[in-house]
Amino acid sequence: MSSAAHHGPTDYYIPDSSPWPIVAMLSIFLMLSGTALTINAVGAGVWMVLAGFVLLMVMFYGWFSVVIKENLADRYNEQVDGSFRQGMFWFIASEVFFFLSFFGALYYIRDIALPWLGGEGYLGVTHEILYKQFEAMWPSAGPGQLGGEFKPMGAWGIPALNTLILLTSGATVTWAHWGLKEHNQKKLVWGLAATIALGLIFVAMQAYEYYHAYGELNLTLKSGVYGSTFYMLTGFHGFHVTMGTVMLMVILVRAMKSHFSPHNHFAFEAVAWYWHFVDVVWLGLFVFVYWL
Amino acid sequence: MSTATIDLEHHGEHEHHGPPKGLKRWLFSTNHKDIGTMYLIFAFTMLFAGGLSAMAIRVELFLPGLQLLEPDLYNNLVTNHALIMIFGAVMPAAAGLANWMIPLMIGAPDMALPRLNNLSFWILPAAATMLILSFIVPFFPGGGTQINTGWTIYPPLSVQVGMSMDFLIFALHMLGISSVLASINIIVTIFNMRVPNMTMMRMPIFVWTWLVTAFLLILVIPVLAGGITMLLFDRHFGTSFFNAAGGGDPVLFQHLFWFFGHPEVYILILPSMGVLASVVPTFSRKPLFGYSSLVGAMIAIMIIGMVVWAHHQYTIGMSLGAVSYFMIGTIIISIPVGLMVFNYIATMWRGAMTFETPMLFAIGILLMFSFGGLTGIMLAVVPADMQYHDSMFVVAHFHYVLMPGAVFGLFAGVFYWLPKWTGHMYDEKLAKLFFWINVISFNITFFPQHFIGLAGMPRRIVDYHAMFTEFNVISSIGGIVFGLSHLLLLYIVIKTVRGGKQAENKAWEGAKGLEWELPSPPPFHSWTTPPKLAAS
Repeated sequence: MSSAAHHGPTDYYIPDSSPWPIVAMLSIFLMLSGTALTINAVGAGVWMVLAGFVLLMVMFYGWFSVVIKENLADRYNEQVDGSFRQGMFWFIASEVFFFLSFFGALYYIRDIALPWLGGEGYLGVTHEILYKQFEAMWPSAGPGQLGGEFKPMGAWGIPALNTLILLTSGATVTWAHWGLKEHNQKKLVWGLAATIALGLIFVAMQAYEYYHAYGELNLTLKSGVYGSTFYMLTGFHGFHVTMGTVMLMVILVRAMKSHFSPHNHFAFEAVAWYWHFVDVVWLGLFVFVYWL
Repeated sequence: MSTATIDLEHHGEHEHHGPPKGLKRWLFSTNHKDIGTMYLIFAFTMLFAGGLSAMAIRVELFLPGLQLLEPDLYNNLVTNHALIMIFGAVMPAAAGLANWMIPLMIGAPDMALPRLNNLSFWILPAAATMLILSFIVPFFPGGGTQINTGWTIYPPLSVQVGMSMDFLIFALHMLGISSVLASINIIVTIFNMRVPNMTMMRMPIFVWTWLVTAFLLILVIPVLAGGITMLLFDRHFGTSFFNAAGGGDPVLFQHLFWFFGHPEVYILILPSMGVLASVVPTFSRKPLFGYSSLVGAMIAIMIIGMVVWAHHQYTIGMSLGAVSYFMIGTIIISIPVGLMVFNYIATMWRGAMTFETPMLFAIGILLMFSFGGLTGIMLAVVPADMQYHDSMFVVAHFHYVLMPGAVFGLFAGVFYWLPKWTGHMYDEKLAKLFFWINVISFNITFFPQHFIGLAGMPRRIVDYHAMFTEFNVISSIGGIVFGLSHLLLLYIVIKTVRGGKQAENKAWEGAKGLEWELPSPPPFHSWTTPPKLAAS
């Protein structure tokens, strides 16, 4: 295992053994089994989730510390760098398909399931027998009007502003990247700080939007299928933006410690890719959830 | 691969570090061989766990009427048997082969991301614990009802099941995380770690099959994750994805599930098809027939396989256009799959064939998997499927596809590479005995189920009409023998690990490929610098 340390950069690199995967496994297990207990009103579950979350934070800190130290000690060669890059690419690809399942559900419900319930096609028999009064249109809380009357979220208020904010943040993170490549520390740090600030503003606006939806529009998670898809898509996206913002903060701290060089800054690029991915998902949300 | 010449001199210069001592070696491992071994041991354990539930099912079905299981417990066993076998036995075993063989076959020192590799494995025991919890939670006071839905967990029934369903959902999430991480690792390894001169079109077919499998996993597992997340929210947080009263549709879940579920079939089968591409040429002493057409067939299977999922749902009431499309698409898949089978047969044609155990399993696959494929075409035809749907015929069909198609391929791979892994030859006589008991008892178990299925016996129901008794008795006897026969496999493997005739570097006379250039067993670190592969 220690062989890696005294080989030149042309040799293969194999990392030392590490306790962190086991810690990661334990934290995932604690959080998920704890959640299963909590949602079934078993008291101990909350503590398991908390313990798992603390363990998760410790794991991220520990695992990434090791990787950063190894990188700073110049133990990674180009092949390792390539593996990291490709790994991040495929991770984002899997995330894309996770979001596609929710977009797919939205499409299916709007274009196939609701017209059936409204009496279209030969499955209109459900309409004939069960829901004669129901007219299929979007937004809808279904024939049972679950969750009561509600108003849908308009596209041209906060959501349009949020689109602008996220697009701007995509530009600022690229600006920071230019700074990094030009060895311009000031440009790098301020670019990152601006991106983080925009990310935080975005999350705050989304939180306000939820508050407004619950308080004034009576649009809740229980508002039939419109509420379900609206909160699921925006919620998972908001969660990803929050994660991305935390990742950017870590990168900012590392940038201030001068961890990156114009030729060796994979971590920066990985987070920037992630940020752009979150950006693109938002455009999909804006068009299909808010606008159309 | 036949032109591979290895610069072992350079390789020999490096000191070989032994493995770390004790438990740390396994818990903290970054070694693809150790992780591969853990995958295989885990899969073997789960094979027995899933086998026990299968044998309980067959004992219950020995005679009509309730024998020893309550109906809900019976259905819980059916659910658990499927999930344990698919996610616990077959997928980890295939991942074990991938971990062991892909770095050796492409001349890599290890997987591209060794620590991530360890995480992918260690999530599995935790996930298996969750899966088993989902089975036993209902036995405790306040534990809710049994999971009586089958592995497809269709709503609305799955929305009504008690808390055990939540454990199942989270177990699936963990299994999914493990598979996606492992797939990322495998793709990156294949793209980034090949020795110079090993172009994509010179990779062993086994590596190709795993590349395609890993692609499929990355694309479809997240969709399953999305589907079961919606299910979780419908169960606990009042959403209406699968509730018509709120504008949703239970059929939506079926689409999400089978968008994952159908490619899953290819995920299970393709690695085994890749094992055949190593085994058949070795024991036919001929190069593989039609390498590039095999690669093309695999890619075709991947693409078409992702767009035909709804053939599992003909009876839900889709439009005529939709069912026609899914029927034609499904039947078209039989062309690339058939091409793979014909390529293997053509490889054997006029070869100097010998019939060691891996080859016996390979021939077993070609015969019985093709048979399962043909019943698959029967099931793909919409009007016929209206009759067969949810009958024992379906059970017979997918066991013919998955046992010979997936599991026999894994057995073939285990026997083929066991000398490489352990340094010992296995007991050929016992292994052949295992093959014959296994294959005969398999057919006794599942062949009669075609008849009772066509005669109208439904699946997933604990009781049946007395007219089906004879065939069920035969099937149950076969099933018990089949289940017990795997104890012989366990014995053979343990015996081989403990000792036996020393295996040469090239354990099989006709074997080709980089993995056979290394000693048996290979050193703890196979290659510290890239081996040299001659340009073609």
